Amino acid sequence: MDPHYPLAFILNGARVEHEVSVRTTLADLLRHQIGQTATHVGCEQGSCGACTVVVDGRMVRACLIFAIQLEGADIKTSDGFADDALMISLRRAFTERNALQCGFCTSGMLIAGHDLLSRVAQPGRREIREKISGNFCRCTGYEAIVDAIWKVAQEMPDTRAGA
Amino acid sequence: MKTNLFQYVRAETIAEAVALRHHLGDGASFLAGGQSLVPTMALRMAAPEVLIDISAVGELQQISVQDGTLHIGAGCRYADVLASSLVAGAAPLLARAIPFIAHEAIRNRGTIGGSLAHADPASEMPACMMALDAQIVLRSPGGERRVPAAAFFPGTYLTAMDEGELLVGVDIPLAAPGVKQRFLEISRRAGDYAITGGAFVLEFDRNVVRSARLAFFSVSDRPLLAKAAAAALCGQPLSATSIEEASAIVAKEIEFFADLYTGVDAKQHITRTLTQRLLEQFKELE
Repeated sequence: MDPHYPLAFILNGARVEHEVSVRTTLADLLRHQIGQTATHVGCEQGSCGACTVVVDGRMVRACLIFAIQLEGADIKTSDGFADDALMISLRRAFTERNALQCGFCTSGMLIAGHDLLSRVAQPGRREIREKISGNFCRCTGYEAIVDAIWKVAQEMPDTRAGA
Repeated sequence: MKTNLFQYVRAETIAEAVALRHHLGDGASFLAGGQSLVPTMALRMAAPEVLIDISAVGELQQISVQDGTLHIGAGCRYADVLASSLVAGAAPLLARAIPFIAHEAIRNRGTIGGSLAHADPASEMPACMMALDAQIVLRSPGGERRVPAAAFFPGTYLTAMDEGELLVGVDIPLAAPGVKQRFLEISRRAGDYAITGGAFVLEFDRNVVRSARLAFFSVSDRPLLAKAAAAALCGQPLSATSIEEASAIVAKEIEFFADLYTGVDAKQHITRTLTQRLLEQFKELE
């Protein structure tokens, strides 16, 4: 078995301590070792976006970071936004617009949508498409996902984070 | 899709990183943003014995302007370079190019130095550095040396770096008045590898082209400068005729390589069109 090393970080607001092999990616740690199943492990080579999480305030791919690099980091998965009003709106819009079928891409899409609407006031559909361009969906054809994010953008007041 | 087992060490300073690499030997690789290295390892196309993590080396993450030169540390992430007002003022080409690189989640993590050291012939940054006439700054236990970007990329995934050298940054001469910079790439979908791409820097004296650096990527086994086409543009204003002539020379002077999806003839044709479109953008500036 690989040697394991102690690691401590913040996951969805709570301190986590875990022993990891140096070759364990953040995606594998979250899903397979901690059981944080909101993080989906897809291509494991940085192409599909299913494992998108937020590390120290930035949207990144969890399969392209070794967990051992993240001592002290602040990590959020889509589960970490449970009480977040914007995320609640996004989830509702995704449901109403059928913006998911199998759901594999959904947590990554939600994080991308949340990241966009937290930074950009009233993004257009083109901006939304650009933002989710790194996240593969093989069910919806994307139109419904763009609709859902766009709808939430329309409903948001202009005076919010970043404004 | 799991990497080989490796040893992991974290460097805090450039000196420490270089000393570690010297001590550990050729089985050791530097880990910066990891956006190319980690997938390469996942596919087992790379299997380093040791990773020296330089992602937390603060010295590598500085952007500064001094003595007519813009310095960008190798560890600066694309997102930070894109957001930098120093870069926007001194080398606007980079701010134009970075949005074409992969996707935002990758740009949040990938670094300038990582892209240059990886030397993928389809990457944007090597061509940009050639167009900007940048110097690549390298560090080894023996000291520091500089290599012009135009001499840094001899072939696919190859660089002028010696074993054990660390790429610590780039020095870019500040854009003089009259210098204009434009970037364009053509790909099937946003974020895909380019079919062809160009990074052009033209210097104008009133409306006459005084000098031109036309760098291309994703066209051959390395990024390259189209020197004959650049020479043909100089000494006259940009016109429909000079643009047509330069684009035709580009199509002839580059030794095009096919990639998985696009053959030589198509690359040549699309690159000619790309050259026309890019040069038209400069004309619109007048």
